[in-house]
Amino acid sequence: MDFLTEPVGLSHFLAVGAFLFATGVVCMATKRNTLGVLMGVELVLNGANVNFVAFASPYFREENLGLEGSLLALFVIVLAAAEAAVALAIALNYYNNHSTIDVDKANELKG
Amino acid sequence: MMNLPLLLAAEINWHTVFFYLVAFAACGFALAMVVSNNVVRMAFFLVISLAATSGLIFLTGAHFVGAMQLMIYVGGTVVLLIFGVMLTAQQAFISMKTKAGDWILALIVGGSLLALLTQIAFSVPSWRTSDYQARLRAEVTAAEEEIIAAMAADNRTEMTPAEEAKLRPLLAKVKYGQPELTSQVGLGLVGVRADKPELDSPGYVGYLLPFEIVSVHLLVVLVGAAYLARSKRSVPSAAGEGGN
Repeated sequence: MDFLTEPVGLSHFLAVGAFLFATGVVCMATKRNTLGVLMGVELVLNGANVNFVAFASPYFREENLGLEGSLLALFVIVLAAAEAAVALAIALNYYNNHSTIDVDKANELKG
Repeated sequence: MMNLPLLLAAEINWHTVFFYLVAFAACGFALAMVVSNNVVRMAFFLVISLAATSGLIFLTGAHFVGAMQLMIYVGGTVVLLIFGVMLTAQQAFISMKTKAGDWILALIVGGSLLALLTQIAFSVPSWRTSDYQARLRAEVTAAEEEIIAAMAADNRTEMTPAEEAKLRPLLAKVKYGQPELTSQVGLGLVGVRADKPELDSPGYVGYLLPFEIVSVHLLVVLVGAAYLARSKRSVPSAAGEGGN
């Protein structure tokens, strides 16, 4: 139990962010459901957010990003909400026309 | 095997303990989300993973961002996704199987990406551990020793108000950390930098323009989403391309 007595560094937070990012990429690649792909995108954005906030934190580095990291994370959150709204509208539209949201079925644009 | 008295005697770092708890929850539920085939279960796992991520953000001292993560992400975006799941479900317990080839390819790509990023994260020696707590303790000890020496020199038993004023912020920092103040975030959004006064030069507007852009962007996006998602009339109208 030695690791519980030592303070965590920036690397640990970056590793968690990297894990969320990679998980989101795998989710985007493997899900055939449009909403599954969207959830993968949300995970990727969250991994990026963890990185921003960790770099901005005064607990790990003397020369931290400070307010920049937090504000950037806030912008990412807002843009993710907007992106989810638009993507959901597109998915609903697609469902109305094709009565499925399987991404493999969306092949009308092939040349 | 560890025994409890020794465990309690050791100086447990609670920041670390909570970090591992929350990180384990975030990563575990993200992984559960990827391996599950049911869309509704995926949404549920995503909610828990995002809530745990907000806990991570709280642990870095960015309290306002953590609260926003909880409210906007967990309270807004995920609810939107769940509505999408409900509106686009063809039947109950829909499950979409992924082909084995897709899994293998995705795991190769994702695994190599994770290996690369983790290696980079641990490659910088000064990032591996943080001396913040040790530095703070040293500061407090130095201040206390100074005050004790001054009291012994003057044969006093009580601290003067000046000494108390010097010690109190240090003790508060030890107890509560150094959270980012919400007022600083708000001032930063309108272009006044409380944390870096050297940036306050004439003509510096900080984050005012991105803030405005993001506001208008959000408005346009919501109008556009409402326009896209409106229900079509299923009966074809004789007037051709009319309005709805």
